[in-house]
Amino acid sequence: MSEQWEPRIVAFFCTWCTYTAADLAGISRMTYAPNGRIIRVMCSGRMDPQFVLKALADGADGVLIGGCHPGDCHYQAGNYKALRRYTLLKRVLTEMGIEPERVRLEWISASEGDRVQKVMNEMAEQIRKLGPLQLERPLPQPLPETERGAVPLPVAGRGLRG
Amino acid sequence: MSKPKVGFYWCASCGGCEEAVVDLAEDILKVVEAVDIAFWPVALDFKRADVEAMKDGELAACFVNGAIRTSEQEEMAELLRKKSQLLIAFGSCSHLGGVPGLANLWDRQAIFEYVYKEAPSVTNPDGVVPQEQLKLGSNGYALTLPSFRDSVKTLDQTVEVDYYLPGCPPPVKLIANAVMAILEGKLPPKGTVLAPDKALCEECPRKPTKPDKLALKELKRPHQIQIDSEKCLLAQGLLCLGPATRSGCGAPCVSANMPCTGCLGPTSRVKDYGAKALSAIASLIDAEDEKEIAAIMEQIVDPVGTFYRYSLPASLLHRRVRNLTPGPFPKGKGRD
Repeated sequence: MSEQWEPRIVAFFCTWCTYTAADLAGISRMTYAPNGRIIRVMCSGRMDPQFVLKALADGADGVLIGGCHPGDCHYQAGNYKALRRYTLLKRVLTEMGIEPERVRLEWISASEGDRVQKVMNEMAEQIRKLGPLQLERPLPQPLPETERGAVPLPVAGRGLRG
Repeated sequence: MSKPKVGFYWCASCGGCEEAVVDLAEDILKVVEAVDIAFWPVALDFKRADVEAMKDGELAACFVNGAIRTSEQEEMAELLRKKSQLLIAFGSCSHLGGVPGLANLWDRQAIFEYVYKEAPSVTNPDGVVPQEQLKLGSNGYALTLPSFRDSVKTLDQTVEVDYYLPGCPPPVKLIANAVMAILEGKLPPKGTVLAPDKALCEECPRKPTKPDKLALKELKRPHQIQIDSEKCLLAQGLLCLGPATRSGCGAPCVSANMPCTGCLGPTSRVKDYGAKALSAIASLIDAEDEKEIAAIMEQIVDPVGTFYRYSLPASLLHRRVRNLTPGPFPKGKGRD
């Protein structure tokens, strides 16, 4: 393994709790592993399992999902949905030969900046231990139908008069 | 004026797609009236050399079913691409990888080990596995076999594809519509899946009985319960993939008390069918406790085989990550 390799972690943080906690960690000048690329989502319930797979397929070595504590979801049940999807996704990942430890779901409230620090450090350490994901050379993915223009979007100036 | 020429070809498939063409019944006469079938190995005696002798673009359309597994299939896909104006991926295997695509959970070596040596029905004391080349005698004459690839690919991962006819096999109605559209030149933009772009639930005869909010405490398999023939299958706890699957089939499985297994693949906005189907089912689970959720999920015996039954090669991960393959075929699990 090259000495240059550093774990690449994509972190999806819910805007109401974990993202705010990461902000707090920053404002409080806490230092933690710089391996996470944070992406803000409105809710951990927004986490489509496709996001996780896409991240892994495109070069992430690990994915961290952060949401509000059970009972605290801004949208009432989004974090429970995240937990259900995550539970099932982990089984699929294991069968696909990806260590389940590469994907982690954590409840971190807005006031827990120190927990962002701790989890990010742990995660970086964990992925470092596991090493790079090294997926098989990915095949060129055909564009999804919509992006190929198969579903025509309304175009201004066209239509009514043909 | 000579009739437009069309071709049919099969790659890694079961032959069910060929059946589907025949299932056009009387309508096939209309097709034969309108076109000249210039290549169809399963039914007509044309050889590869006949295709090679064609001019580029001589076939107006070619329907290719089956996934791409061997070097020969790759060559045929390339040849047919060159000779056809329209190349149509016909059926789940060619569209998304299909059932043969589940072989992407193993690689060539593991498959050969199991299929030619370890399978209980095999007697192979010399451990013979297929070779790509065998030299015979002193004249150096060589017998060859196509190369067997590590991974199964979809047709569009091999060559450019113009349209897709989804389904295992494609529903007759969709085939007829597609053929008519081609003959009349009324084709949608390139890359379209020639089926409605809505979820199966939309056309499901059981839709009126689908509760507004599904909440499942238990997932059941069809043999475990007496199935109510009118009530929504998900509401009965059966793992029906209708919410994540494209419509167009007319829900024959659901009508016959069998949950949808997702052969028509995803709608146009979804990139990874299995992940989306997993997401749809997981969100219906009625539990908030970590252990309880895990226990309910355990009732899904084979998650990859369930959610990626027809689409593993087309998925974002494409195949099992090789460096972690836990040996050859897992014994027992899912096979007993």
